[in-house]
Amino acid sequence: MGDRKLKFFEYKAKEIFKREGIPVPENYLALNEKEVHKAAEKINKPVALKSQVLVGGRGKAGGIKFADNPQDAGNIAKELFGMDIKGETVNKVLVEEKINVQSEFYLSVVMDRSAKKPLVMASTEGGVDIEEVARKTPDKIVKYHVNPLDEFMPYEAREIALKMGIPNQMISKMSGFIIKLFKVFKNYDASIAEINPLVLTPEGLIAADAKLEIDDDALWRHKEFVNLEETQKNEFAYVTLDGNIAVIGNGAGLTLTGMDMINLYSGKPATFLDIGGGASQQNIARAINLVISEPNVKVIFLNVLGGITRADDVANGVIDVLNSAESKVPLVIRLTGTNEEEGQRILTEAGISFETSMEAAAKKAVEICESLE
Amino acid sequence: MIILNEETRCIVQGITGKQGSFHTEQMLNYETSIVAGTSPGKGGQKFGPVNVYNSIAEAKEEQEINASIIFIPAPFAKDAAYEAISQLDLVVIITEHIPVHDSMQIVEYAKRNNTTVIGPNTPGIISPGVGKLGIMPTHLFDKGNIGIVSRSGTLTYEVAYQITNAGMGQSTCLGIGGDPVVGLNYADVLQMFEEDDETGAMVMIGEIGGNAEERAAEFIDKNISKPVIAYIAGVTAPPGKRMGHAGAIIEGESGTAESKINALKQAGVNVASTPSGIVDIIKKIL
Repeated sequence: MGDRKLKFFEYKAKEIFKREGIPVPENYLALNEKEVHKAAEKINKPVALKSQVLVGGRGKAGGIKFADNPQDAGNIAKELFGMDIKGETVNKVLVEEKINVQSEFYLSVVMDRSAKKPLVMASTEGGVDIEEVARKTPDKIVKYHVNPLDEFMPYEAREIALKMGIPNQMISKMSGFIIKLFKVFKNYDASIAEINPLVLTPEGLIAADAKLEIDDDALWRHKEFVNLEETQKNEFAYVTLDGNIAVIGNGAGLTLTGMDMINLYSGKPATFLDIGGGASQQNIARAINLVISEPNVKVIFLNVLGGITRADDVANGVIDVLNSAESKVPLVIRLTGTNEEEGQRILTEAGISFETSMEAAAKKAVEICESLE
Repeated sequence: MIILNEETRCIVQGITGKQGSFHTEQMLNYETSIVAGTSPGKGGQKFGPVNVYNSIAEAKEEQEINASIIFIPAPFAKDAAYEAISQLDLVVIITEHIPVHDSMQIVEYAKRNNTTVIGPNTPGIISPGVGKLGIMPTHLFDKGNIGIVSRSGTLTYEVAYQITNAGMGQSTCLGIGGDPVVGLNYADVLQMFEEDDETGAMVMIGEIGGNAEERAAEFIDKNISKPVIAYIAGVTAPPGKRMGHAGAIIEGESGTAESKINALKQAGVNVASTPSGIVDIIKKIL
C-alpha cells in the first residue's frame, strides 16, 4: 500500500548505486573479523569499518570505526560484531577505503506525500542530520519537485546544483549525480534514495553513504529483490503490545479504534490484529488462535463491523475455535454489518453472547479482565 | 450530495472479474446508474442487464458515460486509470497495492485532464438514495445531511452506522483512500461539502500517520464555515509500529494522533474521543 517499504543495508544500496553509475568507495562486506582483515588487505589503504544496520544514527552510537592497517582492522572489528545499535545486532560490517574529505554535501530524492510528486533535496550541509538542517536553517536545503509525467531533464538538475551555491566548476559534476540518483529513485520504485554525505575528494565526488528504500507494492516488477524481502508474509497485520487484552478487528482504522476504546476504559491492549477485508471463517479462527497463543492474553476483544467481511463467516470462525481450543480465554464479541442477522443467530444458537456496540463490548472486555486479576 | 449524483453514469472497468462482478451486482441492487462495463476480449457479452465492451471508447459510442469505477489488479491499474482519465470526469480506483510511483503519475495525469480521482485503495463513494460507486455495505447508510470524509474503510462504516442508528443520515460519504498518494485530499472534499446545500455538517475521520489531517485543519481554519466534527483513530498507538496496512504508523514526531487533534482543535473543529462522541456532538450542534 505504498507505505510498506523494503529497506536496504548500505552495502546493498551502494551495489545498486554503483550499478547505475554513481561512484562509491571501494568496499567489501565482511561477516567476521577474518573477512575484515582480508578485505582491508585487499584495499591496502586505511579503512572505515561500518556496521550494517537499518536504523539511523549508527555513527553517534559508535557503529563506525577506522583502522590504518589490516591487523588493526581485524582487532577493531571485534568490537563491532555483536554490538547492539538501537535494538539491532551488528552481524555484517562493510570494510571501505577511507576517503579524503574536502567537503560534504547532501542529496536525496523522496516521495513527497503532500505534493504527490518526487522531491529532490540538495544541500551543502552534508554529513549531518538533514532534519536538523531543515529545522535550523531551512534555506540551506534546495527543494525541487519533479513532475512524475515528464522526463527529468539535465537542465533541471543543473538548476538545483546552481541553487546549492556551489562553485561553477562543480555544477556539471553535481547535476550528473542528481540525474543518476533520480534514475535510481525512478527505476527502482524507491520511496527514498539518499546520499549523505556526498563527499568531495581530491579525485572528485563520491557517495560515502547510501540509503535506499523501495515500495513493497512494486516488488512484482523488481523480482531480483523478492528473496531479500525481510517482511514476513503474514495474512494479518499483527503487532504485539505489552497489555493483556487482545484486540482483533477488521480494517486498520476500526482495529486502531478498538485499541483506543480498550485504553479509554483503562484496559491494556495485548495485540493489534487487523484481519483485513473479506476474511473467511478459517481466517477468523486462525486470528483468534494466534492471539490465544500469546501467553499474556487474558481476554480477547473481537470487533467486527462487516463490510466485505461477512458476519456469518465470523460467527462460524468463532465457533470453530471454541470447539477446538484447549485454553479457554474469555472472548468478547462485537458483531454487526453484512449478514449480521445470520451471524448473530449462529452465535445465539451456540449459546455465545455478543454485543452490537463497539464501545459496550470494549467496556465489557476490560471489566472481565479486571475481574480475573 | 457531492460528486456522485443523478447525473452520474458509470462504467465498471473489470466487470467480469471476481471483485468487479460481485460489486457491480451490489451497486445495481442499490440502484446505482451502472450503464456499461469493460473487459478486453469480452466485448458483446452481457453482465446482468449491463453491456460489456472491449474498451471505454467502444462503450462511449453506444452509451452516455461520465464516470468509471476500477476493479483491475494493481499491475494493470495504471493503464486502466489512464484509459478512464483521458475520457471521463470521475474515476474511482478501488484497487489496493498500486505502486506509489504509478499513483503519483495517475494523480498528475488526472490533474492535467481535469478529472476527479477518488482513491486508490478506497471503499469508494456513496450518496444514499442515489447510489454508490464502491464496496461499502449499503444498509449502514441512510439519506440525511451529514457529509463524511475519511481515509479508513470500516471505521467510516462504523461512524456512518452510528449516525444512521441515531436517526440521522448522510448526504455523501467518501473514502479518499488509505494510500500515501491519493487523488482527492480532505480539503477538496470539505470544500465540496461546504458548497453543497444538502450538507449541514461534516464529519472528518482520520488516523495516525502522515500529515493529511494537519493540512486539512489549516484548510478548515481558513475556508470552512459549516460545523466540522473530527475523530482520529490511534490515540494510544505506540510509535514505530505499523498498525495495519493503511499507512498508519507514527514516524518520529510526525503523524501522532496528538498532533492531529491539536491542529484540528486549533482550527475550531469539534474533536470526538469516541465514534459515539461524534453523534453526541452532531446532536448538540444541529
